[in-house]
Amino acid sequence: MNGLGETLLDEVDETLRVRFVVNGRKVACEVAPRDTLVDCLRDKLELTGTHAGCEMGACGACLVQLDGQAVHSCLVFAVQADGARIDTIEGLSESGVIADLQAEFHRRNALQCGFCTPGMLVNAQELLSQLAQPNRDEIRDALSGNYCRCTGYEAIVDAIDAVAKERSKSRNAGGGAS
Amino acid sequence: MSAPLTSLDRPNSYIGRSVPRPNAKRLLAGRGRYISDLKLPRMLHAAFLRSPHAHAKIASIKADAARAYEGVHLVATGADLAKICTPWTGTLDHFKGMNSAPQWPLPLDRVVWAGQAVVAVVAESRAIAEDALELIDVDYEDLPVVVDIDGAREAGGALVNPGSANNICFRSQLDNGAVDDAFAHAAHVVEEEFSFGRHTAVTLEPRAIVADYDPAAGMLTVHHGTQTPYQFQDLYSRHYNIPEARVRVIATDIGGSFGMKLHVYHEDMAVVGLSILLGRPVKYVADRMESFVSDIHARDHRVRARMALDAKGEILAMDVEDLTAIGAFSTYPRTSVVEGNQVIRLIGAPYRFKNYRATLEVIFQHKVQTSQYRAVGHPIACAVTERLVDMAASKVGLDPFAIRAQNVIPDDAYPQTSPTGYRFEALSHQACLKRLHEIMDYDALRAEQVDLRKRGSYRGIGIATFVEITNPSPAFYGVGGARISSQDGAILSLTPSGEVRCLISVTEQGQGTEAIISQIVADQLGLAQEHVKVVTGDTEVTPHGGATWACRGAGIGGETALQATRALKRNILEIAALILQQQPSALDIVDGEVVDAATRKPRLPIAEIARIAYFRSDTLPPGTQAQLTVSHHFAPQGYPFAFTNGIQGCALEVDVETGLIKLLKHFIVEDCGRVINPMLVEEQLRGGIVQGLGAALFEECRYGDTGQLMNGSLADYLVPMPMEMPDIVIAHVETPTADTVLGAKGVGEAGTAAASACVLNAVNDALMPFDATINSIPITPAKVLKALKRF
Repeated sequence: MNGLGETLLDEVDETLRVRFVVNGRKVACEVAPRDTLVDCLRDKLELTGTHAGCEMGACGACLVQLDGQAVHSCLVFAVQADGARIDTIEGLSESGVIADLQAEFHRRNALQCGFCTPGMLVNAQELLSQLAQPNRDEIRDALSGNYCRCTGYEAIVDAIDAVAKERSKSRNAGGGAS
Repeated sequence: MSAPLTSLDRPNSYIGRSVPRPNAKRLLAGRGRYISDLKLPRMLHAAFLRSPHAHAKIASIKADAARAYEGVHLVATGADLAKICTPWTGTLDHFKGMNSAPQWPLPLDRVVWAGQAVVAVVAESRAIAEDALELIDVDYEDLPVVVDIDGAREAGGALVNPGSANNICFRSQLDNGAVDDAFAHAAHVVEEEFSFGRHTAVTLEPRAIVADYDPAAGMLTVHHGTQTPYQFQDLYSRHYNIPEARVRVIATDIGGSFGMKLHVYHEDMAVVGLSILLGRPVKYVADRMESFVSDIHARDHRVRARMALDAKGEILAMDVEDLTAIGAFSTYPRTSVVEGNQVIRLIGAPYRFKNYRATLEVIFQHKVQTSQYRAVGHPIACAVTERLVDMAASKVGLDPFAIRAQNVIPDDAYPQTSPTGYRFEALSHQACLKRLHEIMDYDALRAEQVDLRKRGSYRGIGIATFVEITNPSPAFYGVGGARISSQDGAILSLTPSGEVRCLISVTEQGQGTEAIISQIVADQLGLAQEHVKVVTGDTEVTPHGGATWACRGAGIGGETALQATRALKRNILEIAALILQQQPSALDIVDGEVVDAATRKPRLPIAEIARIAYFRSDTLPPGTQAQLTVSHHFAPQGYPFAFTNGIQGCALEVDVETGLIKLLKHFIVEDCGRVINPMLVEEQLRGGIVQGLGAALFEECRYGDTGQLMNGSLADYLVPMPMEMPDIVIAHVETPTADTVLGAKGVGEAGTAAASACVLNAVNDALMPFDATINSIPITPAKVLKALKRF
């Protein structure tokens, strides 16, 4: 409920054409100025893996990579992301870049209902790109913008911890995982 | 530990094995199919105008401008929907004397809480629908507001529902043994008044529904994020007068539920009506602000309790009064009195004293309804009991472990009946206490506590025993007249290629229902788990059953799957015996092959039996009719509930300067009977504990004195975050129920049941040197500083 006056109502019909590179593919779509990126991704592009949990940047369910960085897609207007490179859970899955995180989450059951999981994975990937060997407290701290109501977090921390160690090991062995 | 149901070292032995959930991979890849993701052809979107007042008369609704707004298809008021939907009343017969006002999808003339939906707009998009809401003008006339327990009980005070005699929904009393006598002769009496704030489920995915009425077929399909599709099939059918067979409810992936998504919500009922009025699919997803003001809340209890003990610390009696404030209505169809009823019946349950008296008063007020949320009543009963036990221990001079060891019902004394009438088949309090003492390294924790106190650090150690109600029989709802099933059904087929498909009435909300059902089927049939496909959550496909709530999925759903699988296996072996010219009893199935039962020598793949039965029945002996699909129902019999038990422990540190509490470690020893998948059981415990820890320290729906929710957003309402939560150490004791072959009981609520009690005891333990006590949950820094007289 946004308090628009009657005179403004006509303007909400106006749309703008925005272009992104989403999951490695160029796309264009018509959005209203007030459309958030999460709504654009979910409704216009049918990328429903990104979830809207609070629409105010508190819960982390809507995290996507915007030009390589984790961003709350509920706090970005679609028009602000014009020209950006956006990677969502769908693209990150297909490219295999988070396959080790996904496998470890699966093995340890670090998810239940799964609604927070895509955002959790995006944030985990962000953390590990900034900090190769985080300790458990650092992992817990980094995840504190991602609410999970099901798991109690411990398995998620365990999974990220295990992947961090595995990635470090393969980096040291010259494996070059990123 | 009891002997396993099957030997874990043979092929296809899955009961007792930690295997990952097959369906979790979809969710990890962002391929979940939540109702909020669903888009149907010609689908419209609903939005609701909500009351800004906690209590007001609706004088008029002017909606012409909204109706005329481009993109709007329908504006509907209470009167519009009341023409097609019959009202509902949230009472049940076994709660004698309870009352509640009738409810409609949208109010007819009066709003009774701030945030109640008043007018619905259906439009091309949610944004257009919300724009149109701005054009609606509702004239309200303020009425007196009742916002708390004291106000509601004031003689001559405002009435929640004008015309009623008072604000009481329900009263109940229990009186067993000689309570007055026990208190008169007690060496020690401890007494406290406790308060428990309102909190709410905060599922990460808010409530979501897509109703799709096809007038040509006379068929209603509802895609509904719910735990209980059959319950809603029945309700939509009866309240909208559509034959039950023409109502289909589909519950696909659900972004969390915890009991919150099995109640009737006004908006959900309205959306069904809007779809009927329009003949098109209508979608509604609550946004987070709407969730806070319209999802059920839970708790909101004030309990005064006292406990009598003899000189040695033997508990003699308890005397309890529970006052609980619900909303302006009792929730439908499960009511809002179940929590209070369970509070007074669960208090004292782990202990063997026999003198018990309790009164319950359930009170209306102008807030959103409370009702069943994870661990219904348990956390309150547990906190009251366990805090009094700790107070008694301190008074008598006993260690918290010692007083519990002295008073719990001994493990060899079962069966037992509690003073409140609950029947316990077999519990393991003593074994759990002993195990907890070990895994906590209790003596070392105490030594460290003493040491740190000298240096000005205040550690607290708390423990809490509990029982949990699981596997409910019709005693829970059925006897009260609710059309809520306590049985489950499964349809199991051997497919032509030799796989098994299991359609089952228990549902999945992430706890691993599909995983454990496939484990049981694979185990009992003799097949690799990946060859079992489990289908849940579609009333058109799966047989009628209770679904998943009250910790019944594994115990009742699992037994249903087990019995159905044994029936299918008998049928497969009958055909195999004909083909192989053997007695069925001489054959078995291992890893998808029919084998000689004695030698384990493979004889014939079950895929071959399926091929012959489906495509070459001409080669079977005349008169043979292969039955490779079986349907089977299972209703729990024997004990009305399968009680589980356990004990939790925690270590924390209180910062006496700031009042902040740091949780250091949490422990649980739990006995849920047969463990089907240890990893999933442990994850249920961890998740449940963290919800209990949230209640203990953070979560509270805070209201102003005009009945406005003050913290209804995820930035203001505090949900536990990872850095605040401790690691959780888990151990099991296994006492299977003898009421089923499987022996499984429930586990989903055990964590929540005792976590807050444990923290309450630990905080009071930490504050012991200051002679300060806490008797209120959540334990906020302000309450701690107040107790310390520093605020």
